[in-house]
Amino acid sequence: MADVTMRIWRGDSSGGDFENYTVDLSEGEVVLDIIHRIQATEAPDLACRWNCKAGKCGSCSAEINGKPRLMCMTRMDQLPEGPVTVTPMKTFPIIRDLVTDVSFNYEMAKRVPALLPPPMPEGGYRMFQEDVERGQEFRKCIECFMCQDVCHVIRDHEENKQHFAGPRFFIRYAELEMHPLDQNDRRDLIREEMGLGYCNITKCCTEVCPEHIHITDNAIIPLKERVVDAHYDPVAWLGRKITRRTKRSAAEAAVQPAP
Amino acid sequence: MIDSPYEHHDYDVLIIGAGGAGLRAAIEAKQRGLKVGIITKSLLGKAHTVMAEGGIAAAMGNVYEEDNWMVHFRDTMRGGKYLNNYRMAELHAKESPERVWDLEQWGALFDRTKNGKILQRDFGGHRFARLAHVGDRTGLELIRTLQQKVVSMDTDVFMECKVLKLVHDADGRMAGCVAYWRATGEFVTFAAKAVIVATGGVGKSWKFTSNSWEGTGDGHAMALWAGAKLIDMECIQFHPTGMVWPLSVRGLLVTEGVRGDGGVLRNSEGQRFMFNYVADMFRAETADSEEEADKWYDDHTAGRRPPELLPRDEVARAINTEVKAGRGTPHGGVYLDIASRRSAEFIRRRLPSMYHQFMELAGVDITRESMEIGPTCHYIMGGIQVEADTAATVVPGLFAAGEAAGGMHGANRLGGNSLSDLVVFGRRAGMGAADYVQAGDTATSFDLGEVEAAVRDALAPFERATGENPYTIQHDLQELMQTKVGIIRNGPELEEAKGQLDEFVERVKNIAVKGGRAYNPGWNLTTDLPAMLTVSRSTAIAASLRRESRGGHTREDFPQADPAFAKFNFALSSEGGNWDSPMVAVESALLALPEDLKALLEEAK
Repeated sequence: MADVTMRIWRGDSSGGDFENYTVDLSEGEVVLDIIHRIQATEAPDLACRWNCKAGKCGSCSAEINGKPRLMCMTRMDQLPEGPVTVTPMKTFPIIRDLVTDVSFNYEMAKRVPALLPPPMPEGGYRMFQEDVERGQEFRKCIECFMCQDVCHVIRDHEENKQHFAGPRFFIRYAELEMHPLDQNDRRDLIREEMGLGYCNITKCCTEVCPEHIHITDNAIIPLKERVVDAHYDPVAWLGRKITRRTKRSAAEAAVQPAP
Repeated sequence: MIDSPYEHHDYDVLIIGAGGAGLRAAIEAKQRGLKVGIITKSLLGKAHTVMAEGGIAAAMGNVYEEDNWMVHFRDTMRGGKYLNNYRMAELHAKESPERVWDLEQWGALFDRTKNGKILQRDFGGHRFARLAHVGDRTGLELIRTLQQKVVSMDTDVFMECKVLKLVHDADGRMAGCVAYWRATGEFVTFAAKAVIVATGGVGKSWKFTSNSWEGTGDGHAMALWAGAKLIDMECIQFHPTGMVWPLSVRGLLVTEGVRGDGGVLRNSEGQRFMFNYVADMFRAETADSEEEADKWYDDHTAGRRPPELLPRDEVARAINTEVKAGRGTPHGGVYLDIASRRSAEFIRRRLPSMYHQFMELAGVDITRESMEIGPTCHYIMGGIQVEADTAATVVPGLFAAGEAAGGMHGANRLGGNSLSDLVVFGRRAGMGAADYVQAGDTATSFDLGEVEAAVRDALAPFERATGENPYTIQHDLQELMQTKVGIIRNGPELEEAKGQLDEFVERVKNIAVKGGRAYNPGWNLTTDLPAMLTVSRSTAIAASLRRESRGGHTREDFPQADPAFAKFNFALSSEGGNWDSPMVAVESALLALPEDLKALLEEAK
């Protein structure tokens, strides 16, 4: 098959530039195959992150021709003709070449109050398929962080990272809030500290999700309704005052279960 | 205090590997109030566990009440061709239901039965529908659940940190390890009272493999160098159904769930050939006509099992034979057909990842067309020899669990028994390490000489102006292992392979690395190669010694199982403890089966 020119960003936190590599294509190859071939031949130190090469681990996220994609699931023969540009995810700090520092996401993960279930009855919990399916959709997430990368709240505003969990964690919160066994209450936390209100529903996250999770429609919007109801609905507010008097702040409302 | 020249950390229990076994071990040790650190060479949540698809085997009896641990034990031992450590198989069968319920308490959402229990699906070699699952992404559910639990317990996780070598104290006890940060290339030392190796498998040394770059056998090799023994290294599972086309995804796994849910194998003549490959030991429980087999899917009492659901070693060999006989597909596999047997809606609901994988990577719609599949290197049954109850190795303070440990699966692993292995023995390794730490007789020093030797070896390739490209060596190694130590082996080729592997040792010593130390994949591969060579050599040595065919070890010059070989494992140890040291193999007798358990196996015959 024909040759193709790959324009790959190379550099580190101090700066960098594009380098061009000309490679020949074989049938069915994906972008990650080409990166691997460049590593094995011209540039053994070309940094990229990958693991499964099957679209299941979410490690090889990058921006291909400016759009966040998994390199292992992007067929070369489905890209437009001409040079293919590969750049690291923009929202996260550069480590080297195509590898970024995604620790923001791991910090946000630490702040999620875990599931708080009732004690397990003999023979296991009973839950019904229709009740677990809502959460199962969100648990398809492979943590590629492309939804975080594309979200303009943090893509263009570094300062927002302190108080904005991002779409990946909104689906995590939605999953927990909709979990049939959960007894925790994270609504104040989500509103006060996780920045759900910053999202203005442009659906960029939903569009890039490789697992086709309906992030905006099935997680963020229901989560917004739930959080707003809890806060502004006077009946709900009074109810909470009566039944949950001990929970006065976001941090108190949501607890980390004992190990 | 340890006067390390590098960044240094101290732990009670240090876990190498953040897949299912490592994370489960961490939870257990952490619950005991110990200081626990986890080191992973990837990001957290990316370990090979995510690739597991079909499910986690546990005799909960939710679908078939007749199921129980005794049947699961018997299936596991038969599947393993009786080479298993029986005590591991027993603990595994007894404890796996509890371990699945642990996961549910931590947030896992398994598919449900109509009455709200965990749904269980059929898989090869399991008499009853036994695999708890979430569609065909069960591994992702398992790792995410464990990851989230570990994070909620505020456990220290060192990500993209690659361990180079284990470190002893002056008396030979385990004392920690030396590693390097991938992001910077800087070295780091870890002192620990106990170390758990949970590094997964070795499959990256074969050309067609379902394993990611991580499957380089680091833990197998490091434990061997440190004084532990490796058993059953000849027993490698070639999963019958890997993708064969396009070439760029050759080896990528196609879940056994396709067959569990009704998919069948056909050759280029359209024949459902598995009926011709039913071994004597499985004949009594396997259907002998398509009509009978098809009844079984709906009601396991109406017919016997379809032959497509024989254990993986049997199916992989059959496919290999069909292709060699000229009845293969255009790309050298056979057909896996579910399109003609189940509705499109059923296929998309039960097998969503497979649907996407074929649609996006091969342009094949599996609801309309057959898949082309063939065997792919998938799993190593062999591994670090451990005591079943505690996961302890012969090195005081060193423990192992998961794919890195050997014995549980004997000569062949049943599908679904891997995820359950991770949580059953991950937990036991955490308990064993915690008991060892709390007993108090732990390392009293930290051998900085071992650290410096490992650092010197790691940096040497930067000092050579010219030398070999590590990628070329890896490529050649994969070719060698695929062709000469692959699914079907013979004595002369194994001897050749052993000789060539010794030449590879010299080649690795002549690698020149280009670029700097910060996130340099060429250097990272260079640090993987000593482990890859160690496990490849151990497989070749053990394969040449086992002059019979059993499970995941097939010799065309000794095609039958030989009862004389059913009494022991080949146990390898390192003479010298360096990556290039010679290895010696001894026969290590299998544990004698108690009478009550023996009776379970007798009944089955």
